[in-house]
Amino acid sequence: MPSPFSVATDYEDNLSIIRLEGAVDAHTAPQFEAAVQAAIDAGHNKIIVDCEKMSYISSAGLGVFMCFIEEVRDDGGDIKICGLTPKVKQPFEILGFESLFDFCPDSAAAKNSFAESSAAPGGVV
Amino acid sequence: MEAIERTFLLKVPSSTENLALIREFVGSIAQQSGMNAMDAGKLELAIDEACANVIEHAYGHDISKEVVIRARFDEETLRIDVEDTGNGFDPNAIKQEELEQLVNKRRTGGLGMRLMKTLMDEVHYEIEPGKKNELHMVKHLRKNKV
Repeated sequence: MPSPFSVATDYEDNLSIIRLEGAVDAHTAPQFEAAVQAAIDAGHNKIIVDCEKMSYISSAGLGVFMCFIEEVRDDGGDIKICGLTPKVKQPFEILGFESLFDFCPDSAAAKNSFAESSAAPGGVV
Repeated sequence: MEAIERTFLLKVPSSTENLALIREFVGSIAQQSGMNAMDAGKLELAIDEACANVIEHAYGHDISKEVVIRARFDEETLRIDVEDTGNGFDPNAIKQEELEQLVNKRRTGGLGMRLMKTLMDEVHYEIEPGKKNELHMVKHLRKNKV
């Protein structure tokens, strides 16, 4: 049996780390969307979505990333995606997400990426 | 010798809750047809997208309606048809816009159809609004087994 869906958010310093587990489809994507909205409402526009335990994603889940990316970037933040397995990464690749989003191997690398962009002149690009 | 064709049928109430069940059904058929795990995953995603479109757009989440998935395969080909009796649409009217344009317009429409067309070898609609809409999808199997 596939693992049930869950979404949990940790706040670390000025980052939100949203951890997805199980399948993100048209049924569960609204919970993911609510988690991203809650992070933004809490003033966190630097968001890491940890997909290490995510077993599946359809366009409903992919659409959540697209819905918020402009908003957080306009506000000086970003959404970084980490922990994707090759199988789960496939739909991201088919739709060309790599040209728009920053993919990191794991959450530690995503945190470093945020730290580096904060240190760089001009902040997050 | 004549090729043996195996056929399968799943009817579920039109609720996104049933997408997991639909993926399990499709995954099981993919396994029986001899597909590898990667291709089975692609098939599950394509059919999930098709059924989610039916549940959300054709039926507007009306759980009293039914989504019908018919599958059959032989040595060479796996065919899956998704049927509904809801609101039809013009598949040619769905624009295949670049991702960046969609983000700029804050739209996510059309992603599911783009995935279906990429993941399957053939995608074909027969639309009769309010009567019966059918989405026929084909995956050629031989190249999976080489």
